[in-house]
Amino acid sequence: MDFSNKYVLGFALVLCIICSALVSSTAVALKERQDANKELDQRRQVIRVAGLAGAGDALPKEEVDTLFENIQGRVIDRETGEYLDVPVASVDPIKESKDPATSASTPSEFKAAQVSRLSNRLQVFEVKTPGKECLVLPIHGKGLWSTMYGYLAVKNDLSEVVGITFYAHGETPGLGGEIDNPSWKAQFPGKGVFGADGVGLGVVKASAPRDTDYEVDGLSGATITTKGVDATIKLWLGPAGYGPYLEQFKTQG
Amino acid sequence: MDKKTRSILLDPLHEKNPVTLGVLGICSALAVTTKLETAFVMSAALTFVLVCSNTTISLLRNKIPGSIRIITQLAIIASLVIVADQVLKAYLFDTSKALSVFVGLIITNCIVMGRAEAFAMANPPMASALDGFANSMGYSVVLIYVALFRELLGSGKVLGSPVFASVSDGGWYVPNGLMVLSPGAFFLIGLLIWVQRSMTPTLQEAD
Repeated sequence: MDFSNKYVLGFALVLCIICSALVSSTAVALKERQDANKELDQRRQVIRVAGLAGAGDALPKEEVDTLFENIQGRVIDRETGEYLDVPVASVDPIKESKDPATSASTPSEFKAAQVSRLSNRLQVFEVKTPGKECLVLPIHGKGLWSTMYGYLAVKNDLSEVVGITFYAHGETPGLGGEIDNPSWKAQFPGKGVFGADGVGLGVVKASAPRDTDYEVDGLSGATITTKGVDATIKLWLGPAGYGPYLEQFKTQG
Repeated sequence: MDKKTRSILLDPLHEKNPVTLGVLGICSALAVTTKLETAFVMSAALTFVLVCSNTTISLLRNKIPGSIRIITQLAIIASLVIVADQVLKAYLFDTSKALSVFVGLIITNCIVMGRAEAFAMANPPMASALDGFANSMGYSVVLIYVALFRELLGSGKVLGSPVFASVSDGGWYVPNGLMVLSPGAFFLIGLLIWVQRSMTPTLQEAD
Protein backbone atom coordinates (compact mmCIF):
# COMPACT_ATOMS: atom_id res chain seq x y z
CA MET A 1 0.00 0.00 0.00
CA ASP A 2 1.21 3.46 -0.82
CA PHE A 3 0.78 6.30 1.60
CA SER A 4 1.45 9.97 1.00
CA ASN A 5 4.18 11.72 2.97
CA LYS A 6 1.53 13.77 4.70
CA TYR A 7 -0.20 10.64 5.90
CA VAL A 8 3.07 9.15 7.17
CA LEU A 9 3.92 12.28 9.16
CA GLY A 10 0.39 12.53 10.51
CA PHE A 11 0.40 8.88 11.51
CA ALA A 12 3.72 9.24 13.32
CA LEU A 13 2.48 12.32 15.14
CA VAL A 14 -0.79 10.74 16.30
CA LEU A 15 1.03 7.58 17.36
CA CYS A 16 3.52 9.60 19.42
CA ILE A 17 0.76 11.55 21.14
CA ILE A 18 -1.24 8.44 22.02
CA CYS A 19 1.82 6.57 23.28
CA SER A 20 3.08 9.45 25.38
CA ALA A 21 -0.38 10.02 26.86
CA LEU A 22 -0.57 6.34 27.80
CA VAL A 23 2.88 6.27 29.37
CA SER A 24 2.56 9.52 31.28
CA SER A 25 -0.91 8.83 32.61
CA THR A 26 0.22 5.45 34.01
CA ALA A 27 3.28 7.06 35.56
CA VAL A 28 1.23 9.81 37.18
CA ALA A 29 -1.54 7.49 38.33
CA LEU A 30 0.86 5.06 39.97
CA LYS A 31 3.38 7.53 41.37
CA GLU A 32 1.87 7.70 44.83
CA ARG A 33 1.88 3.95 45.27
CA GLN A 34 5.42 3.64 43.96
CA ASP A 35 6.72 6.31 46.31
CA ALA A 36 4.97 4.60 49.20
CA ASN A 37 6.68 1.34 48.22
CA LYS A 38 10.08 2.99 48.05
CA GLU A 39 9.63 4.58 51.44
CA LEU A 40 8.42 1.32 52.97
CA ASP A 41 11.44 -0.46 51.54
CA GLN A 42 13.81 2.13 52.97
CA ARG A 43 12.09 1.90 56.36
CA ARG A 44 12.47 -1.88 56.40
CA GLN A 45 16.20 -1.52 55.79
CA VAL A 46 16.52 1.03 58.58
CA ILE A 47 14.65 -1.22 61.02
CA ARG A 48 16.79 -4.22 60.17
CA VAL A 49 20.11 -2.44 60.41
CA ALA A 50 19.12 -0.90 63.73
CA GLY A 51 18.55 -4.41 65.04
CA LEU A 52 14.84 -3.86 65.72
CA ALA A 53 13.92 -6.90 63.63
CA GLY A 54 15.68 -10.01 62.38
CA ALA A 55 16.99 -10.18 58.83
CA GLY A 56 14.45 -12.81 57.78
CA ASP A 57 11.37 -11.17 59.31
CA ALA A 58 8.71 -10.31 56.75
CA LEU A 59 7.86 -6.94 58.34
CA PRO A 60 4.38 -6.13 57.03
CA LYS A 61 3.49 -2.49 56.62
CA GLU A 62 1.63 -2.19 59.93
CA GLU A 63 4.62 -3.48 61.87
CA VAL A 64 6.96 -1.12 60.03
CA ASP A 65 4.70 1.80 60.91
CA THR A 66 4.56 0.86 64.60
CA LEU A 67 8.33 0.46 64.81
CA PHE A 68 8.84 3.71 62.97
CA GLU A 69 6.92 5.68 65.58
CA ASN A 70 10.15 5.63 67.56
CA ILE A 71 12.37 6.45 64.61
CA GLN A 72 12.79 10.00 63.48
CA GLY A 73 14.08 10.71 60.01
CA ARG A 74 15.95 14.02 59.77
CA VAL A 75 17.62 15.97 57.03
CA ILE A 76 20.98 17.52 57.85
CA ASP A 77 23.39 19.92 56.23
CA ARG A 78 26.47 17.87 55.43
CA GLU A 79 29.05 20.58 56.07
CA THR A 80 27.71 22.08 59.28
CA GLY A 81 25.87 19.07 60.64
CA GLU A 82 22.85 21.27 61.46
CA TYR A 83 19.31 19.97 61.09
CA LEU A 84 17.36 21.32 58.14
CA ASP A 85 13.64 21.77 58.46
CA VAL A 86 12.49 19.69 55.49
CA PRO A 87 10.67 16.34 55.35
CA VAL A 88 12.98 13.34 54.83
CA ALA A 89 10.94 11.92 51.97
CA SER A 90 11.47 15.10 49.94
CA VAL A 91 15.25 14.71 49.91
CA ASP A 92 17.11 12.24 47.73
CA PRO A 93 20.82 12.64 48.48
CA ILE A 94 21.85 10.24 45.72
CA LYS A 95 19.97 12.21 43.09
CA GLU A 96 21.18 15.51 44.52
CA SER A 97 24.78 14.36 44.46
CA LYS A 98 24.60 14.29 40.67
CA ASP A 99 23.64 17.94 40.40
CA PRO A 100 26.53 20.41 40.82
CA ALA A 101 24.10 22.93 42.32
CA THR A 102 23.22 20.70 45.26
CA SER A 103 26.51 18.89 45.80
CA ALA A 104 30.25 19.36 46.21
CA SER A 105 33.08 17.23 44.92
CA THR A 106 34.55 14.70 47.32
CA PRO A 107 37.80 15.82 49.01
CA SER A 108 40.80 14.07 47.47
CA GLU A 109 41.75 12.17 50.61
CA PHE A 110 38.47 10.25 50.38
CA LYS A 111 38.74 9.40 46.67
CA ALA A 112 39.26 5.74 47.56
CA ALA A 113 35.50 5.30 47.95
CA GLN A 114 35.14 6.45 44.32
CA VAL A 115 32.19 8.66 45.06
CA SER A 116 32.83 11.69 42.92
CA ARG A 117 30.33 14.10 44.48
CA LEU A 118 28.61 14.39 47.83
CA SER A 119 25.22 16.03 48.16
CA ASN A 120 24.89 19.01 50.50
CA ARG A 121 21.90 17.53 52.26
CA LEU A 122 21.90 14.09 53.88
CA GLN A 123 19.34 11.90 55.57
CA VAL A 124 19.78 10.40 59.03
CA PHE A 125 17.44 8.23 61.05
CA GLU A 126 17.48 8.67 64.82
CA VAL A 127 16.20 5.55 66.52
CA LYS A 128 14.67 6.32 69.92
CA THR A 129 13.35 2.86 70.79
CA PRO A 130 14.23 2.39 74.49
CA GLY A 131 17.33 0.25 74.91
CA LYS A 132 18.05 0.27 71.18
CA GLU A 133 18.89 3.94 70.62
CA CYS A 134 21.09 4.43 67.61
CA LEU A 135 21.74 6.49 64.51
CA VAL A 136 21.18 4.99 61.07
CA LEU A 137 23.25 6.58 58.31
CA PRO A 138 22.73 5.89 54.61
CA ILE A 139 26.10 5.21 52.95
CA HIS A 140 27.35 4.34 49.49
CA GLY A 141 30.65 3.72 47.77
CA LYS A 142 32.19 1.74 44.98
CA GLY A 143 33.25 -1.90 45.25
CA LEU A 144 34.74 -3.83 42.37
CA TRP A 145 31.94 -3.63 39.80
CA SER A 146 29.26 -1.48 41.25
CA THR A 147 28.25 1.18 43.68
CA MET A 148 27.20 -0.43 46.93
CA TYR A 149 24.31 1.28 48.72
CA GLY A 150 23.68 0.57 52.35
CA TYR A 151 23.11 1.70 55.89
CA LEU A 152 25.43 1.89 58.86
CA ALA A 153 23.96 2.04 62.35
CA VAL A 154 26.00 3.35 65.30
CA LYS A 155 25.11 3.76 68.96
CA ASN A 156 23.93 7.20 70.10
CA ASP A 157 27.14 7.85 72.04
CA LEU A 158 29.14 6.76 68.98
CA SER A 159 30.89 4.13 71.10
CA GLU A 160 30.15 1.17 68.89
CA VAL A 161 28.59 -0.11 65.68
CA VAL A 162 25.08 -1.55 65.80
CA GLY A 163 24.99 -2.98 62.32
CA ILE A 164 25.66 -2.57 58.62
CA THR A 165 23.72 -3.63 55.56
CA PHE A 166 23.93 -3.20 51.81
CA TYR A 167 20.61 -3.10 50.02
CA ALA A 168 21.82 -2.71 46.47
CA HIS A 169 25.09 -3.74 44.87
CA GLY A 170 26.38 -5.71 41.90
CA GLU A 171 29.41 -7.44 43.36
CA THR A 172 30.42 -10.94 42.23
CA PRO A 173 28.07 -13.50 43.76
CA GLY A 174 30.01 -15.76 46.10
CA LEU A 175 32.97 -13.38 46.41
CA GLY A 176 32.29 -9.66 46.85
CA GLY A 177 28.60 -10.46 46.99
CA GLU A 178 29.28 -12.01 50.37
CA ILE A 179 28.94 -8.52 51.86
CA ASP A 180 25.32 -9.70 52.16
CA ASN A 181 26.37 -12.73 54.17
CA PRO A 182 24.86 -12.45 57.66
CA SER A 183 27.88 -14.07 59.30
CA TRP A 184 30.21 -11.51 57.75
CA LYS A 185 27.96 -8.62 58.73
CA ALA A 186 27.80 -10.09 62.24
CA GLN A 187 31.42 -9.04 62.74
CA PHE A 188 30.43 -5.38 62.77
CA PRO A 189 28.18 -4.99 65.82
CA GLY A 190 30.27 -4.09 68.88
CA LYS A 191 33.24 -2.69 66.99
CA GLY A 192 34.48 0.74 68.03
CA VAL A 193 33.73 3.63 65.71
CA PHE A 194 36.22 6.40 66.46
CA GLY A 195 39.76 5.60 67.56
CA ALA A 196 42.47 7.88 68.93
CA ASP A 197 43.01 9.47 65.55
CA GLY A 198 39.79 9.68 63.58
CA VAL A 199 37.65 6.89 62.24
CA GLY A 200 38.84 3.58 63.65
CA LEU A 201 36.20 1.33 62.14
CA GLY A 202 37.38 -0.39 59.01
CA VAL A 203 37.79 -3.57 57.05
CA VAL A 204 41.22 -5.05 56.45
CA LYS A 205 42.42 -7.70 54.04
CA ALA A 206 41.32 -11.19 55.01
CA SER A 207 43.50 -12.77 57.72
CA ALA A 208 45.86 -9.77 57.84
CA PRO A 209 46.83 -8.47 61.28
CA ARG A 210 44.21 -6.06 62.52
CA ASP A 211 43.06 -4.10 65.53
CA THR A 212 40.21 -6.34 66.67
CA ASP A 213 38.57 -3.55 68.66
CA TYR A 214 37.91 -1.54 65.53
CA GLU A 215 38.62 -3.57 62.44
CA VAL A 216 36.71 -6.31 60.70
CA ASP A 217 38.25 -9.23 58.80
CA GLY A 218 37.79 -8.73 55.05
CA LEU A 219 36.31 -11.21 52.60
CA SER A 220 38.72 -13.73 51.04
CA GLY A 221 38.88 -13.42 47.29
CA ALA A 222 37.21 -10.02 47.34
CA THR A 223 40.07 -7.64 48.03
CA ILE A 224 38.69 -4.76 46.01
CA THR A 225 35.17 -5.05 47.41
CA THR A 226 36.67 -5.18 50.90
CA LYS A 227 38.75 -2.07 50.23
CA GLY A 228 35.65 -0.38 48.85
CA VAL A 229 33.65 -1.09 52.00
CA ASP A 230 36.55 0.21 54.09
CA ALA A 231 36.84 3.41 52.04
CA THR A 232 33.06 3.89 52.12
CA ILE A 233 33.01 3.69 55.93
CA LYS A 234 35.97 6.08 56.22
CA LEU A 235 34.34 8.55 53.85
CA TRP A 236 30.91 8.68 55.47
CA LEU A 237 32.05 8.72 59.08
CA GLY A 238 34.75 11.27 58.26
CA PRO A 239 34.59 15.08 58.16
CA ALA A 240 33.31 15.14 54.58
CA GLY A 241 30.43 12.82 55.43
CA TYR A 242 28.44 12.62 58.65
CA GLY A 243 31.42 13.77 60.79
CA PRO A 244 30.13 17.28 61.66
CA TYR A 245 26.66 15.95 62.43
CA LEU A 246 27.97 13.14 64.64
CA GLU A 247 30.18 15.60 66.50
CA GLN A 248 27.21 17.83 67.25
CA PHE A 249 24.91 14.99 68.11
CA LYS A 250 27.43 13.71 70.63
CA THR A 251 28.00 17.04 72.39
CA GLN A 252 24.31 17.82 72.54
CA GLY A 253 23.52 14.38 73.87
CA MET B 1 -11.00 -25.61 17.25
CA ASP B 2 -10.02 -25.60 13.60
CA LYS B 3 -6.65 -26.67 12.38
CA LYS B 4 -5.21 -23.20 11.97
CA THR B 5 -6.07 -21.98 15.49
CA ARG B 6 -4.68 -25.21 16.84
CA SER B 7 -1.41 -24.70 15.09
CA ILE B 8 -1.26 -21.06 16.21
CA LEU B 9 -1.77 -22.16 19.80
CA LEU B 10 0.36 -25.29 19.96
CA ASP B 11 3.27 -24.77 17.59
CA PRO B 12 5.07 -22.18 19.73
CA LEU B 13 5.07 -24.58 22.67
CA HIS B 14 7.07 -27.23 20.91
CA GLU B 15 7.76 -27.27 17.19
CA LYS B 16 8.25 -23.53 16.85
CA ASN B 17 9.29 -22.65 20.38
CA PRO B 18 10.72 -19.13 20.31
CA VAL B 19 13.48 -19.92 22.82
CA THR B 20 14.67 -23.41 21.96
CA LEU B 21 14.18 -23.21 18.20
CA GLY B 22 14.23 -19.51 17.48
CA VAL B 23 16.89 -19.01 20.19
CA LEU B 24 15.22 -15.68 20.94
CA GLY B 25 14.83 -14.04 24.32
CA ILE B 26 17.94 -15.78 25.66
CA CYS B 27 19.17 -12.70 27.49
CA SER B 28 16.28 -12.62 29.92
CA ALA B 29 16.20 -16.41 30.13
CA LEU B 30 19.69 -16.20 31.65
CA ALA B 31 19.18 -13.10 33.72
CA VAL B 32 15.95 -13.56 35.61
CA THR B 33 15.90 -17.31 36.17
CA THR B 34 17.82 -17.71 39.42
CA LYS B 35 14.48 -17.86 41.21
CA LEU B 36 11.08 -19.20 40.14
CA GLU B 37 9.23 -16.18 41.44
CA THR B 38 11.06 -13.72 39.20
CA ALA B 39 10.58 -16.08 36.25
CA PHE B 40 6.82 -16.13 36.83
CA VAL B 41 6.58 -12.36 37.02
CA MET B 42 8.81 -11.93 33.99
CA SER B 43 6.64 -14.39 32.03
CA ALA B 44 3.50 -12.52 33.05
CA ALA B 45 5.01 -9.20 32.01
CA LEU B 46 6.08 -10.61 28.65
CA THR B 47 2.66 -12.18 28.08
CA PHE B 48 0.97 -8.84 28.75
CA VAL B 49 3.29 -6.97 26.40
CA LEU B 50 3.20 -9.55 23.63
CA VAL B 51 -0.58 -10.06 23.60
CA CYS B 52 -1.26 -6.31 23.70
CA SER B 53 1.37 -5.40 21.13
CA ASN B 54 0.28 -8.14 18.74
CA THR B 55 -3.37 -7.09 19.04
CA THR B 56 -2.68 -3.37 18.63
CA ILE B 57 -0.35 -3.84 15.72
CA SER B 58 -2.75 -6.20 14.03
CA LEU B 59 -5.62 -3.70 14.44
CA LEU B 60 -3.47 -1.03 12.83
CA ARG B 61 -1.87 -3.29 10.25
CA ASN B 62 -3.63 -1.71 7.28
CA LYS B 63 -2.99 1.81 8.53
CA ILE B 64 0.72 1.52 9.35
CA PRO B 65 2.80 2.99 6.50
CA GLY B 66 5.43 0.47 5.39
CA SER B 67 8.21 3.03 5.50
CA ILE B 68 7.88 3.58 9.24
CA ARG B 69 6.47 0.24 10.32
CA ILE B 70 9.43 -0.89 12.45
CA ILE B 71 9.56 2.30 14.48
CA THR B 72 5.77 2.20 14.84
CA GLN B 73 5.96 -1.31 16.26
CA LEU B 74 8.78 -0.25 18.50
CA ALA B 75 6.88 2.76 19.84
CA ILE B 76 3.86 0.62 20.67
CA ILE B 77 5.97 -2.08 22.31
CA ALA B 78 8.04 0.43 24.27
CA SER B 79 4.94 2.14 25.64
CA LEU B 80 3.48 -1.17 26.76
CA VAL B 81 6.75 -2.18 28.41
CA ILE B 82 6.90 1.06 30.38
CA VAL B 83 3.32 0.54 31.51
CA ALA B 84 4.14 -3.01 32.64
CA ASP B 85 7.24 -1.78 34.47
CA GLN B 86 5.33 0.98 36.25
CA VAL B 87 2.59 -1.40 37.33
CA LEU B 88 5.14 -3.84 38.73
CA LYS B 89 6.86 -1.04 40.65
CA ALA B 90 3.53 -0.06 42.16
CA TYR B 91 2.11 -3.48 42.99
CA LEU B 92 4.99 -5.98 43.18
CA PHE B 93 7.82 -3.81 44.43
CA ASP B 94 10.14 -6.53 45.76
CA THR B 95 9.96 -8.64 42.63
CA SER B 96 10.37 -5.59 40.46
CA LYS B 97 13.54 -4.79 42.39
CA ALA B 98 14.83 -8.30 41.69
CA LEU B 99 13.96 -7.97 37.99
CA SER B 100 15.59 -4.52 37.87
CA VAL B 101 16.28 -3.50 34.28
CA PHE B 102 15.04 -6.70 32.71
CA VAL B 103 11.40 -5.69 32.54
CA GLY B 104 12.50 -2.60 30.64
CA LEU B 105 14.58 -4.81 28.39
CA ILE B 106 11.46 -6.66 27.18
CA ILE B 107 11.59 -3.95 24.49
CA THR B 108 14.67 -5.62 23.07
CA ASN B 109 13.27 -9.13 23.45
CA CYS B 110 13.34 -10.40 19.88
CA ILE B 111 10.22 -12.47 20.42
CA VAL B 112 8.04 -9.37 20.74
CA MET B 113 9.20 -7.59 17.60
CA GLY B 114 9.59 -10.88 15.80
CA ARG B 115 5.94 -11.77 16.31
CA ALA B 116 4.81 -8.25 15.45
CA GLU B 117 6.69 -8.27 12.17
CA ALA B 118 6.15 -11.91 11.24
CA PHE B 119 2.57 -12.43 12.36
CA ALA B 120 0.59 -9.41 13.54
CA MET B 121 1.35 -7.34 10.41
CA ALA B 122 -0.35 -9.97 8.25
CA ASN B 123 -3.12 -11.48 10.38
CA PRO B 124 -6.40 -10.35 11.98
CA PRO B 125 -6.44 -9.20 15.62
CA MET B 126 -7.95 -12.33 17.17
CA ALA B 127 -5.43 -14.67 15.59
CA SER B 128 -2.62 -12.24 16.49
CA ALA B 129 -3.68 -12.13 20.11
CA LEU B 130 -3.70 -15.93 20.20
CA ASP B 131 -0.30 -16.03 18.53
CA GLY B 132 1.07 -13.58 21.07
CA PHE B 133 -0.33 -15.60 23.92
CA ALA B 134 0.98 -18.90 22.55
CA ASN B 135 4.47 -17.52 21.98
CA SER B 136 4.50 -16.05 25.48
CA MET B 137 3.61 -19.47 26.80
CA GLY B 138 6.40 -21.02 24.76
CA TYR B 139 8.80 -18.54 26.33
CA SER B 140 7.33 -18.97 29.80
CA VAL B 141 7.59 -22.75 29.73
CA VAL B 142 11.31 -22.54 29.03
CA LEU B 143 11.83 -19.78 31.58
CA ILE B 144 10.02 -21.71 34.29
CA TYR B 145 11.89 -24.92 33.47
CA VAL B 146 15.24 -23.13 33.72
CA ALA B 147 14.26 -21.25 36.90
CA LEU B 148 12.92 -24.38 38.59
CA PHE B 149 16.20 -26.23 38.16
CA ARG B 150 18.38 -23.23 38.88
CA GLU B 151 16.59 -22.49 42.13
CA LEU B 152 16.42 -26.14 43.14
CA LEU B 153 20.03 -27.01 42.35
CA GLY B 154 21.50 -23.59 43.04
CA SER B 155 19.96 -22.96 46.43
CA GLY B 156 18.01 -26.11 47.27
CA LYS B 157 14.68 -24.28 47.22
CA VAL B 158 11.51 -24.09 45.17
CA LEU B 159 9.61 -20.80 45.28
CA GLY B 160 11.64 -19.80 48.31
CA SER B 161 10.75 -22.79 50.48
CA PRO B 162 13.52 -25.32 51.15
CA VAL B 163 13.31 -28.69 49.39
CA PHE B 164 16.89 -29.85 49.83
CA ALA B 165 18.15 -28.72 53.25
CA SER B 166 21.31 -26.83 52.37
CA VAL B 167 24.58 -27.19 54.28
CA SER B 168 24.46 -23.60 55.52
CA ASP B 169 21.15 -24.36 57.27
CA GLY B 170 22.57 -27.55 58.77
CA GLY B 171 21.29 -29.92 56.05
CA TRP B 172 23.07 -32.20 53.59
CA TYR B 173 22.79 -30.41 50.24
CA VAL B 174 25.79 -28.49 48.94
CA PRO B 175 24.30 -25.84 46.62
CA ASN B 176 25.70 -25.92 43.11
CA GLY B 177 27.23 -22.47 42.58
CA LEU B 178 27.27 -22.88 38.80
CA MET B 179 23.48 -22.87 38.71
CA VAL B 180 23.33 -19.45 40.34
CA LEU B 181 25.52 -17.96 37.63
CA SER B 182 24.41 -17.36 34.04
CA PRO B 183 26.33 -20.31 32.50
CA GLY B 184 24.06 -22.62 34.50
CA ALA B 185 21.13 -21.39 32.43
CA PHE B 186 23.08 -22.01 29.21
CA PHE B 187 23.64 -25.62 30.20
CA LEU B 188 19.96 -26.10 31.06
CA ILE B 189 18.75 -24.53 27.81
CA GLY B 190 21.34 -26.54 25.88
CA LEU B 191 20.14 -29.75 27.46
CA LEU B 192 16.53 -28.87 26.66
CA ILE B 193 17.36 -28.18 23.02
CA TRP B 194 19.22 -31.49 22.83
CA VAL B 195 16.34 -33.48 24.36
CA GLN B 196 13.77 -31.73 22.20
CA ARG B 197 15.61 -32.36 18.95
CA SER B 198 16.37 -35.95 19.80
CA MET B 199 12.72 -36.61 20.50
CA THR B 200 11.52 -34.86 17.36
CA PRO B 201 14.07 -35.59 14.61
CA THR B 202 12.19 -33.38 12.13
CA LEU B 203 13.49 -30.39 14.06
CA GLN B 204 17.10 -31.23 13.36
CA GLU B 205 18.83 -29.14 10.75
CA ALA B 206 20.61 -30.93 7.93
CA ASP B 207 24.39 -30.87 8.35
